[in-house]
This record gives sequence, structure tokens and C-alpha cells, in this order.
Amino acid sequence: MRLSPDQIIYWQHGFVTLNATIVFTWGLMLVLVIGSKLITLKLSTDLQRSRWQNFLEIIVTGIEKQIEEVGLKEPRTYLGFLGTLFLFIAMASLCTVIPGFEPPTGSLSTTVALALCVLVAVPFFGILNQGLGGYLKSYVQPTFIMLPFNIISEISRTLALAVRLFGNMMSGSMIIGILLSITPFIFPIVMTLLGLLTGMVQAYIFSILAAVYIAAATRTRKPSHKTLNNNPT
Amino acid sequence: MLIDWFTVGAQVLNFLILVWLMKRFLYQPILHAIDEREKRIAAELGDADTKRAQAENERNEFQKKNAAFEKQRAELLNQATLDAKIEGQRLLDEARKAADSLSAKRQESLRNEGHHLNQTLRRRTQQEVFAIARQTLSDLANTSLEDRLCEVFIRRLSEMDAKTKPVLAEAFKTAIEPALVRSAFELSADQRSLIQNALNETFSADPAAQLRTGIQIRFETAPELISGIELATVTGQKLAWSIADYLLSLEKSLDELLKDQDKPLAKVMPELEVNSP
Repeated sequence: MRLSPDQIIYWQHGFVTLNATIVFTWGLMLVLVIGSKLITLKLSTDLQRSRWQNFLEIIVTGIEKQIEEVGLKEPRTYLGFLGTLFLFIAMASLCTVIPGFEPPTGSLSTTVALALCVLVAVPFFGILNQGLGGYLKSYVQPTFIMLPFNIISEISRTLALAVRLFGNMMSGSMIIGILLSITPFIFPIVMTLLGLLTGMVQAYIFSILAAVYIAAATRTRKPSHKTLNNNPT
Repeated sequence: MLIDWFTVGAQVLNFLILVWLMKRFLYQPILHAIDEREKRIAAELGDADTKRAQAENERNEFQKKNAAFEKQRAELLNQATLDAKIEGQRLLDEARKAADSLSAKRQESLRNEGHHLNQTLRRRTQQEVFAIARQTLSDLANTSLEDRLCEVFIRRLSEMDAKTKPVLAEAFKTAIEPALVRSAFELSADQRSLIQNALNETFSADPAAQLRTGIQIRFETAPELISGIELATVTGQKLAWSIADYLLSLEKSLDELLKDQDKPLAKVMPELEVNSP
């Protein structure tokens, strides 16, 4: 029983392995980047614009709005990170309709990697916003006793992020695999549709949770430390 | 083991690369395009606002000007109408006045002409009438008429009213010169004595005249009397009866009548007595 695309190994040289997870991730990256590049080649600043540009604009502004609604004041600072998280996971889920495609998010290694990125991003943005001292002080809020609990919560939520996404994606593929052996015709299609929905929901949940964590890390800043990064992203 | 740590590291790297790539190729261009468009729209809206405000201003100004122009035009029109009316009224009045004065003048001249004609006619008629009367009476005058005249004069002497009589008697009394008796024809001796007697009789009734033997008189011929006898004292008292007197009196009264007709509003002159007391 294969639980992860990690187990499909195309090439191995000692420590370095080229498994399906990495390969499909590259594939997704290619699709995303080339698609974006193609669409943004002929960007129009007029009132008239192409449908694809409209589509991308809707996605980008939608993500921006979501980030803002979570409570982050400067959504463009976080748009690169959170938007890419969402787009990557959503694209991985969407591509499950392609036969033979193994979603990289179905690998615990990938989800752990993403969760680790979030784990690093939260203090990164926290420190960026309120400085190192201000960020570290948030660990001893409201009292010093809360420090270990804060650290545990930080680690556990990262783990939860990774496992939640992995479980959902893996289970989707798993259920389809199992159903294929039992009712090979119609039911797997229904489950695939359900898997698509689940994948979208998971992408949304993952990125929204990351946004919430970052917002929680940046919210406790003091008024005197308004050192915002104004880089448009 | 489900977690392959090499894969984890590779995926972290992949994800970071993807983040950078997506920033580079998706978010930045898209956001830039959106910003540009928003800026452009804002600029266009601002421009439109400016233009609209400008248009509004211009429209207001135009409306104001239009209203002022309309008002001015109406005022001018009113003024012109009023002026024309006044001028027309004035011209009409002038014309009417001129016509009135012309017509008055014409009437006046017509009246004057008529009046003159009338006057002339009347005068001529009067003169003719009197001339005829005088001529007739002088033609008719002869001795028997003289006798009749004498009789009438004597009767009048005797019928003299009570007022005149004492005045005449007083005149005879105080007279130094004899009283004058004028007649159109030479009086005969009989007639003269008749008149003398009559005078004596008339005034002898008066106690003042009784003292005298008779009244001194002298006789004179005066053809202008036409027919008649006149007794004049030195002091100016006069007793007369002649056709010329009648004619004169008639002429006078006719003249007055004509004058009254010419001037209906003038007061009627009091009739003069022919004989002074």
C-alpha cells in the first residue's frame, strides 16, 4: 500500500532522491509560472482587458481581500507567501482530476515543508512588524508562565497544519483507490468531485490558518514600533 | 517513515522558489496593472469632475448672461413701447390741439365775417330805413302838417307831467334871455301866438309865473328837426316833439338791440331817456 508519492522514486544517488513528489511539484511550478507569465505578457492597464487577465485579477484581489479580512493591515506584504501557499495547494488539488497525477500535497514531506515554512514565516513577519524584542515578548504574554505553552502551541499547530493537509489529501487519493477496486465506474467520479472540493477547502484552510497565525504574531505590536515593510509584493 | 527529510528540504526550497517566481511573474505585474488602472480611472474621474464643474460653471454663467440679456431686452422693449406710446400721445395731442385751434380760428373768422356782414347789412338797412322815413316825412311836410305839429306841441305842453313842469317853470323864471323855440319850418304869426298863449297858460297856472306878463320866447328855423317843434331854455332844459327825435330814439334802441345780439352775455345797457328833465 502506497501512502505517499515519496515512495515513487525515479532516480536515486545516495542521499539525493528524485521522487514523484518533487517531480510533480516542479510540474505544478512550471504550470503556475508559465501560465502567469503567458497571461501577464499582455497586461493591459486600460479599461479593456483580456478574460484571462480578469481571471487572474479576480484571484489576486480575492486573496488580498481575504488576507485583509483576517486582520492584516498591509495585505500586499503577505500576498506573496500566503497567496502562493493557496495557489500551490489549490492547483495540486485541482490537478488530481488528471489521470496519473499524484498531488504533492499528498506527501507528508511536502505538507511538513509547507508547515515549516509557516512556522518560520510567523516569527519572520512578527519580528518584521514589531522587532525582535516585541515579538519575543509575545511569548510571555500575559504572564511568564505561558512561555512553554506558547512554544508548545507554536509547534503543535505547525504539526496540525502538516498532518491536516496530508491526511485530507492522502485520504482523498486513498478513498478513490479503494473505491476503484470495489465500484470501478461511477462512484469514484463522485468521490473525485468530493476530493476536489475537499482539496479547495483545505487550500483555503491552510492559507487562512497561516494568515491567522501571522496576524496573531503581528497584532500585539506596540504603537511605538510601527516599522512596516512597505515593499509592494 | 512517511517523512523523507531530503524531500522536505527540497520542497521547502521549491516552495520558496515558487514564492519568488509567483511574486515576479504574477502578483507584481497584476497588482501593478490594477494600480495603474485605478490611477488612470481616478485621473479620468478627476478630469471628468473638473470638466463637469467647468461645464457647470460655464452653464451657470451662460444662464446668468442669458437671463440678464432677457431682462435687459424686456426692459428695453418696455421702455421703447412706453416711449412710443408717450410720443404717439404727444403727437396726437399736438395734432388735436392744432386741429382745434385751426377750427376755432376758422369758426372765429367765419363768425367775424358773418358778424361783419350782419353789421353792415343792419347798418345799411337802418340807414336806408331812416333815410326813407326822413325823406317820406319831409316830403309829406306842409302847412297843414305844421299846424298839426303845432297842435301836438301845444297839447304836450298842457299834458306835461308834474315833475317836468316846475323844472321848466323855474328855468323860465330864472332865465335872462328869452327861451328858444325851434321848428323845421318858419312858423306863422298865428302859430307863434298860439304857442306863446299856450306857454303863458301853462306856466301862468304856476304861482311863480303869474308875476310875469308873459314868457319871453324867440323863434328859429331848424330844418334838421324834419317835422316838429322844440322849446329850449337857456339853462339847457328842453321840451321837444319832432319826428327826428322819434327817429333818433328808434335808431338808438335798434343799435342797442343789435349790440345785445352780438354780445349775448353783455349786460343790457339801461335805456336812455330821449328827453332830459
